Amino acid sequence: MAKVSYKEISINGLWKNNPVLVQLLGLCPALAVTASFVNALGLSMATTATLIASNVVISLIRNFVKSEIRIPVFIIVIASAVTVVELLVKAFAYDLYLVLGIFLPLIVTNCVILGRAEAFASKNTVVASFVDGLMGGIGFTIILCSLGAMREVIGNGTLFDGMHLMFGEAAKAMTLTIIPNYKGFLLAILPPGAFIGLGLLLAGKNIIDHRS
Amino acid sequence: MIKQMITASLLLTLYSIIGTGLVAYTNAATKDQITGNEKGVLVGSIGEVLPADSYDNDITNDKITLTDPTKLGTPNPVTIYRARKGDTPVAAVITTEAPEGYSGAIKLLISINADSTLAGVRVISHAETPGLGDKVETSKSNWILEFTGKSLNDPKPDKWGVKKDGGVFDQFSGATITPRAIVKSIKTTLLYFQDNSGEIFSKPSDK
Repeated sequence: MAKVSYKEISINGLWKNNPVLVQLLGLCPALAVTASFVNALGLSMATTATLIASNVVISLIRNFVKSEIRIPVFIIVIASAVTVVELLVKAFAYDLYLVLGIFLPLIVTNCVILGRAEAFASKNTVVASFVDGLMGGIGFTIILCSLGAMREVIGNGTLFDGMHLMFGEAAKAMTLTIIPNYKGFLLAILPPGAFIGLGLLLAGKNIIDHRS
Repeated sequence: MIKQMITASLLLTLYSIIGTGLVAYTNAATKDQITGNEKGVLVGSIGEVLPADSYDNDITNDKITLTDPTKLGTPNPVTIYRARKGDTPVAAVITTEAPEGYSGAIKLLISINADSTLAGVRVISHAETPGLGDKVETSKSNWILEFTGKSLNDPKPDKWGVKKDGGVFDQFSGATITPRAIVKSIKTTLLYFQDNSGEIFSKPSDK
């Protein structure tokens, strides 16, 4: 396996091989929770934590796993990591847990995580896998948050509403009213808004790629 | 071949044990915190429908669970928290649901004073359409507050419906099903309370 530079891993995770924009993985949670910025941020942070944890653990044990049973072992690692993350969110950010609900345990089924385990962590060093998990997670976070921000502004006319769910009462002041006296544009909040928004983001990425 | 199979299954077992152990450890470490959070939320929502100084018992532990699909209007168990001052019943806080919401059941917290008037109603969770049916939340509109003080004498039982059905309660423009389901559920709960209030307060508490 050729050595991969950290710079290359980072560019891959953030842009060239972005989990959502290029690999189109993890779309179910990406579309479902991005009705507001805070939900998108919460879920993507939980996903990033899981991705890093599973990448590191799988890289650590990569030499002790027989290739015939590697997939079940990866699933055990991922499922344990997700359950631990879920319990931690439930213990320390209970309001957020109530908002994210079923999508938190469903991180197990997010193909980004198994994909990175199989394609990267099982063949690379612990540090490289950590960087890969972190960058892939940040790439996922950026896209989810953009989509969340877009839908919240168009749908509700606000931005950062509900940040107190994650950062305590003081964050209530963070709510920005972008469009005052806005009646709301329902389509952006409903599922079609998620698909249209994601389509626009994909188109945006393709335009940028074609120009350069 | 056989040897390989055995090593593989032993390895798999080992990883399962480690994974499960980790989850069990985290569970044990966060259990109290989580129970505390859940209780905190419960106390918070009870506080919204019943003033905390109106009772002096440990309300979250003075509860009964009933299942009666025909009379309670929901196939699922209903938990009733009982508020008392000394030995006198003050109110019953009932967690029930309106199964006929536009997209699935709407979970409700209905607080009924001992004299059968409503102390308050709140929607705990729902999946109604954002912008239309979600006006049942207090953060979106005051609709749900309208029920406070109402009873089966005010309005009369045949007027317990949305205006479209000849009742007295407002529906929302574009969403009739949501308010209709909630009004129906509150009425059912009031009827149940009226017929069974003695038993509701005298039954021994669940452990």
